[in-house]
Amino acid sequence: MAINWFKYSAPSTFYALAGKLAPWFAGMAAILFAVGLYVGLYVAPTDAVQSDAYRIIYIHVPTSLLSMFIYVVMAGYAALGLIFNTRLSAMMASALAPTGALFAFIALWTGALWGRPTWGAYWVWDARLTSQLILFFLYLGFIALHASIDDPRRADRASALLAIVGVVNVPIIYFSVRWWNTLHQGSTITPKGVRMEATMQVALYAMFLACWAYAIAMALWRVRSIILERERATQWAQELPEVRS
Amino acid sequence: MMGKLSSSGLLALVVRRDLVLAMRRRADVLTTLVFFVMVVSLFPLGVGPEPEMLRKMAPGVVWVAALLASMLSLGRLFSADYLDGTLEQMLIAPQSLPVLVLGKILAHWMVSGLPLVLMAPVLGLQFGLPAQQLGVLALALLLGTPVLSMIGAVGAALTLGLRGGGVLVSLLVLPLCIPVLIFGAGAVEAVAGGMNYASHLQLLAAVLVAAAVSTPWVTAQALRISME
Amino acid sequence: MSFSEFIAMNGRGLYVWGSYGMALLVFVVEIALVRHRRKLTLKEIRLMRDAEGDR
Repeated sequence: MAINWFKYSAPSTFYALAGKLAPWFAGMAAILFAVGLYVGLYVAPTDAVQSDAYRIIYIHVPTSLLSMFIYVVMAGYAALGLIFNTRLSAMMASALAPTGALFAFIALWTGALWGRPTWGAYWVWDARLTSQLILFFLYLGFIALHASIDDPRRADRASALLAIVGVVNVPIIYFSVRWWNTLHQGSTITPKGVRMEATMQVALYAMFLACWAYAIAMALWRVRSIILERERATQWAQELPEVRS
Repeated sequence: MMGKLSSSGLLALVVRRDLVLAMRRRADVLTTLVFFVMVVSLFPLGVGPEPEMLRKMAPGVVWVAALLASMLSLGRLFSADYLDGTLEQMLIAPQSLPVLVLGKILAHWMVSGLPLVLMAPVLGLQFGLPAQQLGVLALALLLGTPVLSMIGAVGAALTLGLRGGGVLVSLLVLPLCIPVLIFGAGAVEAVAGGMNYASHLQLLAAVLVAAAVSTPWVTAQALRISME
Repeated sequence: MSFSEFIAMNGRGLYVWGSYGMALLVFVVEIALVRHRRKLTLKEIRLMRDAEGDR
């Protein structure tokens, strides 16, 4: 069976597809969260060194990794949108940005709360958290630029270019921050301080997949709103059942 | 316009034109410089005049001030040409847009960045920096301020004609300038610590080369996006 | 392990629940915002359709 992929690059068709897919991802996320939290907070043993504060990693590590992953995916969609001139790609980038930014925020918040009981301070300017903060700024820049431009096409393309410039610079920024950190003999805070047992790994994977599924569900739901906003003058949008009711 | 110009000829033409225009509005040049001096001077007022602390802070303070002054001056890069239609002409001209852009960035740096390089040693003296650190500071700024202008140009092109102006550009560009800040301030601090500062300057030089080959083209794309 | 021991998390309860609590809050707020955005958009389309229907 040949799938006509180009059919789904039309906003109207993708709108329907996203509507069908999103609940599945949401359901997956709910189940995975339940499993991950149960194993992580209850079943997994207490860490000898860090006591129960280490359990924060089950939310900190997934959100941190995903915030980086989402940025790359966002930049990927941005590139597709610029190269192939597809509006839907740009809409997906815009749909992903808020979720990525919020994940970055959670990573920063949980990182600080993990740092306090473990290393004595809420913020120690280590390379990882500092880079996370800069990534958060990059997300905010993307969202701010898009919001500042009235013309949707220019907004899409400008923020797309910014995302690509950002993603290329992230390795350079990370390298420089690590350089800075080692120069000033700062602490390096990694989750590797915790010895990983099997149950811990299960919880970590479950939580990571949960966050990933959640992000997809959010992006799909959000892109539906974006599609509707852009297409509000069209007939297919105005004849949608949810509009009639 | 003239007949077929070489890239370097075109570059020289654009640089000269922008410098002439900038000289007619000398106040703009001076305001960036004054801002730079003022910001640097605020720090001792904020943290106290204790000499040892000021000496330690100086590289970071001067560099942050240079970053901020750079951000503020970016508005001037394209706005005049944008408002009077010259930019539009540049976009449809047969000449290479990246070369034109590089010329504008170069002229902009000579007017906004170079004065900072020349002023910095004076400010460093205010903070009690010894001669060798002053030299490295100036050299680092010489390598770094062009990069700030170049990265800033991308931001300025993306935000052409938008309200929110300077703050928005700064929000977009400052994270991208962090490596320059780290290597630049780090070079001076390395001297202070008696360590090898060459690697910092080499990294700065590498960033400068990378920016020089990529930003004119990216800025050109950004201009097209903003103006279509 | 008793429930109160579970909540206390060996004295680190504030940090652990402060972390998960914030994450939960962010998720709830995000979902609410997405739903709100959808509602607003649908309302706007309805208005547009009615406006065109009046012509």
